[in-house]
Amino acid sequence: MPSTRDIRRRIKSVKNTAQITKAMQMVASSKMRKAQLAALAGRPYAALMNNMLAHVSGHSGDFSHPLMEKRDVKKRAVILVSTDKGLCGALNSNLTREAAKFDKNTTLFVCAGRKGAQFVARTKRQLVAEFTYKDSPIFAEARSISKFVQEMFLKGEVDHVDVLYTNFISTLNQKPEVLPLLPIGEIRGVQAGVVGEQSSVDLEKSSDLEFLFEPGPEGVLGSLLPHYLNFQVYQILLEAKASEHSSRMVAMKNATDNAKQLIKDLTLEYNKLRQANITKELLEITTAQMALG
Amino acid sequence: MAATLKLEIVTPDAKVFSEDVDMVTLPGVEGEMGIYPNHVPLMTQISPGEIIARKNGQDFFLAIGEGFVEITGERVAILADMAIRAENIDEAQAEEARKRAEARLGEKIDDEESALVQAALAHSLAQLKVKRRQSGR
Repeated sequence: MPSTRDIRRRIKSVKNTAQITKAMQMVASSKMRKAQLAALAGRPYAALMNNMLAHVSGHSGDFSHPLMEKRDVKKRAVILVSTDKGLCGALNSNLTREAAKFDKNTTLFVCAGRKGAQFVARTKRQLVAEFTYKDSPIFAEARSISKFVQEMFLKGEVDHVDVLYTNFISTLNQKPEVLPLLPIGEIRGVQAGVVGEQSSVDLEKSSDLEFLFEPGPEGVLGSLLPHYLNFQVYQILLEAKASEHSSRMVAMKNATDNAKQLIKDLTLEYNKLRQANITKELLEITTAQMALG
Repeated sequence: MAATLKLEIVTPDAKVFSEDVDMVTLPGVEGEMGIYPNHVPLMTQISPGEIIARKNGQDFFLAIGEGFVEITGERVAILADMAIRAENIDEAQAEEARKRAEARLGEKIDDEESALVQAALAHSLAQLKVKRRQSGR
């Protein structure tokens, strides 16, 4: 049976924890709003770019870009986009569960975010590079990642590049997803699962048109493809950040609620014990008095 | 037969412009071009400069950064790294940005950063050009 002092001490410590989780929740929710806005703002651009690229790749004739070359997949690379910090619910463990599905021997990992890198190192997988990205990702960070994998692909070190990241669906719902990045073949949007963000003109309508290129397919594709990849990675970073902050906010909210419940239970127990003590003391006093009288 | 063009200008930050217009003038990499409805499908790049959209006899001006354009008979879609409507350009700010970028170029910087600064410089120059022409008339 714990004494009243023990319970009081526990209440105090739970209160402190609740305060910290509450603060983290506030921070995460303000960051979340920013990150969500950024992710949503990038979507029309990404959608239009996908649209454009789908047209181009369908109409460039015999011309093919080295980044589009399909090869037998002997070695593949995975860009694992995780978070730097923990305390964000099941987000990272969901990611690593997906990451564990890739073949250990033929997969090279490129990590963005420390948690993913730690997982790769811990499970003795092959880590080739680790990148960091800030709370509000900037384009330069995405570009350096995308440049790195493009070089690996062009040199033939890997034959296929996937991105594993957390897609932001809503504040309460984020899903780990694998998106093929290289070779550029079938164009898929980053925002699978989100309807209503697509560009107003659908693909079929204009896909039978024959496009002219100025200054020529090589020139346009040559600059559009790398830009497409950079932007794709950028959008992925934005989505991942939005997911991280949302997930952290929810996790911290749960923690705060749990702590509050715990405080309530402990206070009840404390009061019960206090009352019992008082009754006991009263009893003792009256018994003593009766014995004396 | 479409009598108007749907002009869409999208940047990574927002959808800047999405309206039906009668004519668009763009700064292509190989010179300025005017696009009317029923233009042949064309895919091209644009360089930083000025976009003029004509709607009901009225001209709208926008400063634009580097990007890509997809033109079909009834639609012009522009992907750019920057786009600002003329009325939203802050001349003093643009001028300041230009000076900063020029000063930065004078210093010794690596290629990566130099490219960034060049882009920033191009952005502010485009904005200034549009703004100056506006106030000139």
